[in-house]
Amino acid sequence: MFVTVNGNSTEVKDGSSLAELLAHLQIKREHVAVEVNLDIVPKTSYDSRTLATGDVIEIVQFVGGG
Amino acid sequence: MAEDKLVIAGREFNSRLMVGTGKYADFRQMAQALEVSGAEIITVAVRRVNISDRNQESLLDYIDPKKYTLLPNTAGCYTADDAVRTCRLAREAGLSDFVKLEVLGDEKTLFPDNEELLKAARILIKEGFTVLPYCSDDVILCRKLEDIGCAAVMPLGAPIGSGLGIRNPYNIRIILENIKVPVIVDAGVGSASDAAIAMELGCAGVLMNTAIAGAQDPIAMAEAMKLAVIAGRLSYKAGRIPRKLYANASSPLDGMIG
Repeated sequence: MFVTVNGNSTEVKDGSSLAELLAHLQIKREHVAVEVNLDIVPKTSYDSRTLATGDVIEIVQFVGGG
Repeated sequence: MAEDKLVIAGREFNSRLMVGTGKYADFRQMAQALEVSGAEIITVAVRRVNISDRNQESLLDYIDPKKYTLLPNTAGCYTADDAVRTCRLAREAGLSDFVKLEVLGDEKTLFPDNEELLKAARILIKEGFTVLPYCSDDVILCRKLEDIGCAAVMPLGAPIGSGLGIRNPYNIRIILENIKVPVIVDAGVGSASDAAIAMELGCAGVLMNTAIAGAQDPIAMAEAMKLAVIAGRLSYKAGRIPRKLYANASSPLDGMIG
């Protein structure tokens, strides 16, 4: 199935969890925050949050800024 | 001066200089500048993770969150909704309630949209955030921000990144006389003397990024800013002499020869 990650269409295994998506993208969960369809998903729920086709996912981190 | 701490929302800080983490040549230089500046509060931005290139280094590989209080900003947000959304993500990423709230009015001036700023601040305070708003140097606005529960107000000295210094020290003075929460000059500082002026006016602190990161030698400028903020604060506490138009001799008039 396809989901949108940070604006890019990305293929993931059907029924993937958010934790599996992060692992697939090689993103460590410690330093990021994730929104699925505009709702923030707490870090403790990454394993249980199952993704569905068409989900819009934003994964953000801290970068340099003033 | 041992007990001259900056207190924001009940949290104590020894340094009154806050610095940004943007625009450095690399993370190594940034980390060194932060160290030399003595800053304890540092601002960061919230942006999408680059999912196509996972070899890029991460800011947090160079910043010890135990040593610094991270102050995530909402830079680049032009609406209250975007700013609120960014703050919620920042809290989830950093596990802290501190946010530097900025809602911009246009790209050329980067002046705040104060209407949207107030709207966002109200929502965030209701959600338990500690809000430090970047705002215009306008006492009426600052009073509104204070009244709704902002932990500090951060009026600009001049446009972001302009290096023009404190363009309206009288407005800053009026704000200082009427606002009880910490007043922190945010934006506009270009050189150490600008930082000292802000502190001499009585500001609780100064926040800057470009003045250090954009200097020819950012590490040296970080030290200069550290010293300027300390000197400005001491000068403010010491109480300066009144300005007079004419001279007043420093040496005794009695006992002159001849």
